[in-house]
Amino acid sequence: MRAHILGYIQDCLQLRSPLTLSNATPEITLSARKLTRSFGKQQVIHDVTLELKRGEVLGLLGHNGAGKSTTLQMLTGCLLPDSGEIEICGINLLKNPAQAKAHLGYLPETAPLYRELSVADFLIFAARLRGIESAEVPSALSQALQRCGLDSVKNKIISTLSKGYQQRTGIAQAIIHRPAVIVLDEPTVGLDPAQIRDIRRLIRELGNTSSVILSTHLLSEVKNVCDRVEIMQHGKLIYGDTSARMQNYGQVSGFPLTLHNPPALSELQNLPGVSEVEQLSATQFRILHPADNNPSGILLSQAAQLGWQLEQLTPLQTSLEDIFVQITDAEAATTGVLP
Amino acid sequence: MIRLIARRELRSLFAMPSTWFILAILQFIFAWFFLARLEAFLEIQPQLAQLANPPGVTVTLAAPLFFTAGFLLMMLVPMFTMRLIAEERRNQTLALLLSSPLSERHIVLGKFFGLMSFLLALTVMLPAMLYTLALGTTLDHGLILSNCIGLILLTASYVALGLYVSALTSQPVIAAIGALAVLIGLWLADMAATAADSPWHQLSPLYHFQNFNAGLLDSSDAAFFVLFTAFFLLLTMKRLHNNRVYG
Repeated sequence: MRAHILGYIQDCLQLRSPLTLSNATPEITLSARKLTRSFGKQQVIHDVTLELKRGEVLGLLGHNGAGKSTTLQMLTGCLLPDSGEIEICGINLLKNPAQAKAHLGYLPETAPLYRELSVADFLIFAARLRGIESAEVPSALSQALQRCGLDSVKNKIISTLSKGYQQRTGIAQAIIHRPAVIVLDEPTVGLDPAQIRDIRRLIRELGNTSSVILSTHLLSEVKNVCDRVEIMQHGKLIYGDTSARMQNYGQVSGFPLTLHNPPALSELQNLPGVSEVEQLSATQFRILHPADNNPSGILLSQAAQLGWQLEQLTPLQTSLEDIFVQITDAEAATTGVLP
Repeated sequence: MIRLIARRELRSLFAMPSTWFILAILQFIFAWFFLARLEAFLEIQPQLAQLANPPGVTVTLAAPLFFTAGFLLMMLVPMFTMRLIAEERRNQTLALLLSSPLSERHIVLGKFFGLMSFLLALTVMLPAMLYTLALGTTLDHGLILSNCIGLILLTASYVALGLYVSALTSQPVIAAIGALAVLIGLWLADMAATAADSPWHQLSPLYHFQNFNAGLLDSSDAAFFVLFTAFFLLLTMKRLHNNRVYG
């Protein structure tokens, strides 16, 4: 009998602890460990482990069909993983789905909109659905409308709105309950450049207060929005780093140089910071240098002092596209699977 | 949460022109049928009056009216249930419900009660029409009440079945045709079985409505409706759960 009561108290304590944790807004908002998932006999997700801190924007990058959407569906509880654990604000998503999902906002690939409702009605429904008390709904609504720039269209029927406004409504429903974790699946697909810029600014802003995880195959998005990048290929995470460091991945920087009165090749080669000089023609060279040591300043002053008659010096940056291809190709080469 | 989803369902229903169109057509059919029966009753009333125990206006009018309503709803309910889950799936709005802090129970019951309250509002016109007769004559309240209860239970069984078929597909049209096929199949099985004790009768919701229609409250009929409805609602919850399992 006593053991029974003790067990009951223990159960209560275990049930309580995630609740208190969620109020304390822990540092790590989302953690997924060793997620696997197969459809039929084909395994599409292999051992995906992810962690997300508050105030961080994580970009999930990959080719089409790499498993990004499937991963996000599992993180939001729309799809159950075959194995693995997911915790949102310390609450186990698989064991206590209702409590965990209260901290979650999700925008799937296609925005989930009831097109026959007006923007305000739809957002009120979304807020109540996520468990916001009816007294707090008006303030949540006005904040979401204002953040997503929807004030001017709040009484319009969603189906009459342009794609950009519909997408913003989709984002508004994901953030109206001020969740700790915001999951956005390709949030800028199909928008025009001005809208893309607006939405990126919004995502950046959301990243200050919550954690955002977004999937994309646009590399410029990663560069502009994300703090951290995970590259996914064939259902595996193959590369993870900060977005700034990814841009330096395997990079040998260099620049083309045109001098009308060039010195001897060895003279250029001996300049501090220059690792290699290629002569392209009588006056054109390519200077290669390590990423952290750029000799262009020294080169400029030397050219002026010694009368090399500098005509062109263009800093060369490896594009993010090249880096992405390098990383995915390197992975394909080691695993022997073609992308 | 159940109420929230039910309210959303109602809102969406009334936002569609087709809902109002079906409502208008159905009201027209009910009214026309009611007036035609009333006229027929007035014509034969002198002859009926010569019988030793003449049938009253309620039996000659209300019972066929409710039976027609039950039959029409068999055709109509699939038109309403088809959207419930199939369209959410097609428009990808199901992700919103699945990623919200709700269980399958909330979603299924919310949709069930949402559509039920709409259909109740639709059928409440039947007793309202009948009670206009109370101005000139006395009515059999018991018969009308048993018919109302029967019709509600019958509608609930149709909605539960339609909801389940809607959960099986992402094409509303297939959901409508599927639910209609099952309902008509059950009715035809009932019609085709000539033996009075054939088990086929027991499967048909319309067969179990007959006792209510005649003013007989039979607990076994009521139990059938409750079990039928609960069975399909549970299957729908299971199907929605499988959505997460099989993708």
